[in-house]
Amino acid sequence: MNPTAPDLNIPASDEREKLLERAMARHHNSGDALIEILHTAQQLYGYLSRPLLSKMARRLNLPPSHVLGVATFYHLFRFEPPKKHSAIVCLGTACYASGAGQLLAAAQQSASEGEWTLTTGRCVGSCGLAPIAICDGIPLARVKPGDLAAVLGGKHDG
Amino acid sequence: MSVRTLEVDGRTITAMADQTIFSAAWDNGIRIPRLCHLGGLPDAAACRLCLVEIEGQKRLQSACTTKVAEDMVVRTDTPALQAHRKLIIELLFAERNHVCSVCVVNGACELQTLAAELGVDHIRMKPQYPKLPVDVSHHRFGIDHNRCILCTRCVRVCDSVEGAHTWDVAGRGRNSLIISDLGEPWGESASCTSCGKCVQVCPTGALFSKGKTVAEMRKDRSFLQYIVTAREKRLWIAERKPR
Amino acid sequence: MTADGLRQSREAELDRQSRLKNRIACCSVAGCLAGGGDAVRAALAEEVKAQGASAEIEVCGTGCMGLCSRGPLVRSSAGEITYAEVKPGDAAAVVRSDLDSLNGRILRQSDPFFAGQRRLILANSGKVDPEKIAGYIAQGGYQSLLRATSEMTPEEIVAEVKKSKLRGRGGAGYPAGLKWELVARHPSATKYVICNADEGDPGAFMNRSVLEGDPHRVLEGMAIAGRAVGAQQGYIYARGESPLAIERIRTAIDQAQREGLLGGRVFDSDFHFRIDLRIGAGAYVCGEETALIASIEGKRGQPVLRPPYPPESGLWGHPTLINNVETFANIPQIIENGGDWFAGIGAPASPGTKIFAVAGRIRNSGLVEVPIGTSLRTILFEIGGGVPEGYEFKAAQTGGPAGGCIPAQYLDVPMDYDSLTGIGTMMGSGGLIVMDTSSCMVDVARFFMEFCMDESCGKCIPCRAGTVQMNEILGRMTSGEGKEADFAMLEALSGLLVEASLCGLGRAAPNPVLSTLRHFRSEYDAHVRERRCPAGSCRMGASA
Repeated sequence: MNPTAPDLNIPASDEREKLLERAMARHHNSGDALIEILHTAQQLYGYLSRPLLSKMARRLNLPPSHVLGVATFYHLFRFEPPKKHSAIVCLGTACYASGAGQLLAAAQQSASEGEWTLTTGRCVGSCGLAPIAICDGIPLARVKPGDLAAVLGGKHDG
Repeated sequence: MSVRTLEVDGRTITAMADQTIFSAAWDNGIRIPRLCHLGGLPDAAACRLCLVEIEGQKRLQSACTTKVAEDMVVRTDTPALQAHRKLIIELLFAERNHVCSVCVVNGACELQTLAAELGVDHIRMKPQYPKLPVDVSHHRFGIDHNRCILCTRCVRVCDSVEGAHTWDVAGRGRNSLIISDLGEPWGESASCTSCGKCVQVCPTGALFSKGKTVAEMRKDRSFLQYIVTAREKRLWIAERKPR
Repeated sequence: MTADGLRQSREAELDRQSRLKNRIACCSVAGCLAGGGDAVRAALAEEVKAQGASAEIEVCGTGCMGLCSRGPLVRSSAGEITYAEVKPGDAAAVVRSDLDSLNGRILRQSDPFFAGQRRLILANSGKVDPEKIAGYIAQGGYQSLLRATSEMTPEEIVAEVKKSKLRGRGGAGYPAGLKWELVARHPSATKYVICNADEGDPGAFMNRSVLEGDPHRVLEGMAIAGRAVGAQQGYIYARGESPLAIERIRTAIDQAQREGLLGGRVFDSDFHFRIDLRIGAGAYVCGEETALIASIEGKRGQPVLRPPYPPESGLWGHPTLINNVETFANIPQIIENGGDWFAGIGAPASPGTKIFAVAGRIRNSGLVEVPIGTSLRTILFEIGGGVPEGYEFKAAQTGGPAGGCIPAQYLDVPMDYDSLTGIGTMMGSGGLIVMDTSSCMVDVARFFMEFCMDESCGKCIPCRAGTVQMNEILGRMTSGEGKEADFAMLEALSGLLVEASLCGLGRAAPNPVLSTLRHFRSEYDAHVRERRCPAGSCRMGASA
């Protein structure tokens, strides 16, 4: 559902490599498919590490700076391991008009460090339910700042 | 190659059909301001300083990418264009830190020269001055991102002339940054040939030779014309300015 | 698939549906799913099973029924009733059509929200399951592709689209037929068709809903375009932020390929057409066609100078037809009913219907499809139910970050391309955000400027650095630190961006500022000269 949530079904390491190789082969190791392959790599590994980018550059015959340049242009690509939980506060116009600014402020204050990757989105397409936040893939519709703060501050495993 | 006759700033000039407005004007002593264009490099049309008015066209066109045409009437120097150019220069000065008095190219900087020509003597905007890194890991050269105007001349010369593609742009918008390879220090770049072309084409003090102090660095671009046109023109001896 | 196969498939599905006593269609696009639609659908399926009625009652998914603010919505074919705000606990009542216990949440087609609309592109919403090709075929789907490949020449298809006077629904409103003709006439052997599904305006979700709710309509439109212009390969460029739309497109492409409606020798003709999906990765600028092409080519999504325009030199240098989702979704009905039929709907200079995503300070928010030229008043007050009680309508923002606002005195303006341009805004892709007396217009301008600043690609200086400074000024104004000189600088920077930026994003970025300055100058003055926010909602708050 949620493209920025870590994929919890990350296969074992050599399996991931095999899948990435297969994805590159499917695109004939063509540099044109760089963005598709970056998507695949991020799905498999959770983020784009330097060795991973280097490997793709070599396999696709692209200059390393081109690969990093493309990857960093797009906001959905991550270069740090994702944290355990992820939250997206929608800052689309409808959400903004319904107080998403206060929502974001509350989230920034309460999100416990090291546990939550907090990002903002530009319209998740549920404007009728504004303001909306998505926590670990679960949408919280018409959410109040206090309620979101409680989720972000209080959610722990076990 | 056929010839075209056009009017630039009231003067009738002739140019080859495949020439751009910029180069035709240049050949006739009409200097249109620019920061990203450099003869011999592919054009980006990004700095927007060379925009000109062409009669009959609604939009301003970049002189560096627009080909001449018969009976074209071009104006390069209207008050409106000058106002836009001043504003662009101001935006650059406010975007990053361009304090001339402590810069190695002080006195020979294209940004500085343009600012003087256009009469930009103060900045009416809030300076952003992000604290950006200075990378001096390369044994001969350095890059000071605070003085970079993102014209991408270095990226283009490295890719299309040297063929190394060490440089590229990472990030986007105001967070754009010139990077070498996978963002490692320049000195550790495996692809860099240390040819120094990027340093010479850089319009400001962002790329510099080590060992120069304030106002000492001068840039020499004669190599570009030599490399790009020498084979075609069978000129095997470069006309280089004495250093 | 053959013509006979299509007919048989259609008849079989219609026959199956006619033997059902009831079809309970649950909205299964983003809006209602976010409100718990999945659980509702599961509960309904469970209830039908528990009652042993699986043979006569079908529970299925369907596209957006429009009234997103009252979701999850469920439509029952028996009695043509739509239920609003359905919870899993309502399952038994819905299955039994127990209207009493659902009192207050029953919507009928005669309600102003539905009766005021004319649903052509969204015709299948409430009827067709987006995950099943049979449902689309049952409603007459792929008949137009059959006609286009077996009865019409490419020239005739282009002529029909030209006759329809369909204008591109991406925002600028360029006549689709002219674009098609340019590509069709190009002698190149390799051509491409691209569907721009990179709908990035914050507050716009029309295209996303069409893809999530009726993906085959878009595929069919693209295939007809491929036939018309002589392309064998199409791409859909979708937003990475819309995982559900991506999933639905993938499913639909697979189904269409399996049925032989895409791929080699479509309907036994000499027409081959493949569609592949390309997924964006979070860059608004990729909605600009040259940036979109760069992105499909695996590069940074930075615009390049036009001309040459894509119909002449686009993807990998080949002639390329780019239209957006809604434009392609219009094509099947134009081929089915003819260009003249289409030209007779809506406004003479911009015929057809338009889907608006209505949101913000309004009672009924969601998707509204009306003939182009319907007045804003009708959309907001008759269909939309007006602003919440205790507030007054102030303005509607159209066209997203590239558009402008429409103040109350223009409520009767017909919503068509030219009328909107005339009052300083634009149709855009269809986002319609309503502001009331509690909304600060300076803050609205700041919000959009911040958006453009974040989304600027950084290639040209006016947009990269100009948006930063404009955002700086608007930020100052909304925190009570504005200066008189800021007005002149705001205007000078606006002029620079409009005239000197490399691409449409930069050229349009000042529009929300210019438009709010034009209609709400007094609010700006209050912020700067009196240090107060009349609406009391920006960072300055209500303090005097």
